[in-house]
Amino acid sequence: MLRFIGRRLLVAIPTLFLVVTIAFFMMRAAPGSPFAVDRKLSPEIERNILARYGMNRPLTEQYLVYVGGVLHGDFGPSLKYKDKTVVQILEENYKVSLVVGGAAIILAAVVGMALGVLAALRQNGWIDIGVMGVAIVGVCIPTFVTAPLLVLLFGSILQVLPNGGWNGGAPQNLVLPITVLALPQIAIISRLTRAGMIEVLHSNYVRTARAKGLPTHRIVLKHALRSAILPLVSYLGPACAGLLTGSLVVEQVFDLPGLGKFFVISALQRDYTVVMGMVIFYAALVVFLNLVADLLYALLDPRVKFS
Amino acid sequence: MERLVRGRSLWDDAGRRLLRNRAAVAGMMMLTLLVLLAVFGPFLAPYAYDQVNKTDTWAPPLTHGHLLGADALGRDLLARLFIGLRVSMAIGLVATFVSLVIGVAWGAVAGFLGGVVDEVMMRVVDVLYSLPFIFFVILLMVTFGSNIVLIFVAIGAVQWLTMSRIVRGQTLSLKQKEFVEASRAAGLTQGAIILNHIVPNLLGPVVVYATLTIPEVILAESFLSFLGLGVQPPMDSLGTLIAGGAQDMELAWWLLVFPSLTMVLTLMCFNFIGDGLRDAIDPKDR
Repeated sequence: MLRFIGRRLLVAIPTLFLVVTIAFFMMRAAPGSPFAVDRKLSPEIERNILARYGMNRPLTEQYLVYVGGVLHGDFGPSLKYKDKTVVQILEENYKVSLVVGGAAIILAAVVGMALGVLAALRQNGWIDIGVMGVAIVGVCIPTFVTAPLLVLLFGSILQVLPNGGWNGGAPQNLVLPITVLALPQIAIISRLTRAGMIEVLHSNYVRTARAKGLPTHRIVLKHALRSAILPLVSYLGPACAGLLTGSLVVEQVFDLPGLGKFFVISALQRDYTVVMGMVIFYAALVVFLNLVADLLYALLDPRVKFS
Repeated sequence: MERLVRGRSLWDDAGRRLLRNRAAVAGMMMLTLLVLLAVFGPFLAPYAYDQVNKTDTWAPPLTHGHLLGADALGRDLLARLFIGLRVSMAIGLVATFVSLVIGVAWGAVAGFLGGVVDEVMMRVVDVLYSLPFIFFVILLMVTFGSNIVLIFVAIGAVQWLTMSRIVRGQTLSLKQKEFVEASRAAGLTQGAIILNHIVPNLLGPVVVYATLTIPEVILAESFLSFLGLGVQPPMDSLGTLIAGGAQDMELAWWLLVFPSLTMVLTLMCFNFIGDGLRDAIDPKDR
């Protein structure tokens, strides 16, 4: 088990290294400068600014310095927000994304699994047909469609929920963003759960449990669910990544001060260090979540050997 | 009278199963209509998509001769919708084709050669897989400015990974088959075996996955356009139309609702057809 984790972390190193490298050179290849202002800077001042951030040195040297810093957990100062480091900016913004994203994935997992199990138990019944119909349609409705439509309906027409804003994390401000993020995931998770459940319900050990006279809820919860959600667990890694991209839209539409919104703004402002820091942060998160998903999978399915 | 019994090929069978799938057939009919509208719609629309009509600003649907209404500049929504549909579909098809070519080539070579080559090629895919690609696409758009070619390349380059994995898996099992053994014995070169024997037999899963890739690409492009990083005005895609509609929705709901419906309908068609094809070609999967 430890060796498995170790090996996976070893694979993660070249991945993250590649992320740092691509991000660094891509940002530097960009036309435009983070220091561009309306009036022209005199050459001396511009030279001083560049020297201040070490950007007058050769590119390879800057790259090595940057990688060295990252290895020490130092992502450098922001180029736009003069008195803040990248780490500080990340710390200020990640909570919003974490609250909304975390709540969305939990909501999606609970509702999706419940719907999937219900549909599987009544295969081809009206619940099944209804749930799967909604799920198929749900997969096809992207967040950037649901988000504005729900705002229009609940915010502008019915006026029961605010149109957007963080408002210190007040529940009524979070209902819509969390729902929008969770909906497509609910659709996918319920489909996965239903497929897994139907397969397991036909297996011999479930038949044995039935023959023993166990009540249905016990069979489902104790015996079937554990192997039925295996495909779901390996989906969780990519699901979290999907949630991250969804959060770019949701934070934009609902005007939430999270990482996603900040990423787009920073990229447009050419705040190199902040953008690179965020890309690295996201990449590390995705790698980590995939590792967790793999471990969970192995825990649930003893047939999987850590090899 | 003698009646010839014609043999049924795998594809005949698949076609028959596909036509029995009601959702897939409905998807195909709807998609045909959408494609026709995307191709010929702009010629039929009474207005040009970029024609500004000062007297028709914010015209609601069915007024001033605008079937679906008009926007802040009085541009006809129907005409813009046709263009947006055309652009989105074109991007979907071209970017999917890019991903198809890269993915099939990469996967077939890795699976067929095996050994160290396979190991290295698939590690590359693994590493690329765990990159948060959408962020790189955004970076790409920001750094080099968004132009349509770059969108094709960027999205196509992201989507080939899964394709290459599917193709590799299929190739691994195909190369054990007798007919590959036979052509090897007959002295065919490896390149010829891959091209003549492996790739044609990959067609089934590749077609299925490609059909499912098209809506993903359309989605990715619209996502970028929604953030203001995709197609640039006055050109429209479904994504830019939805983004614009979302900004003006309090004044003009039709600008948001109709593009959204078109988008959802298009995605549903492709997904229904893709699912139908999968069931038809690989019946054991059901």
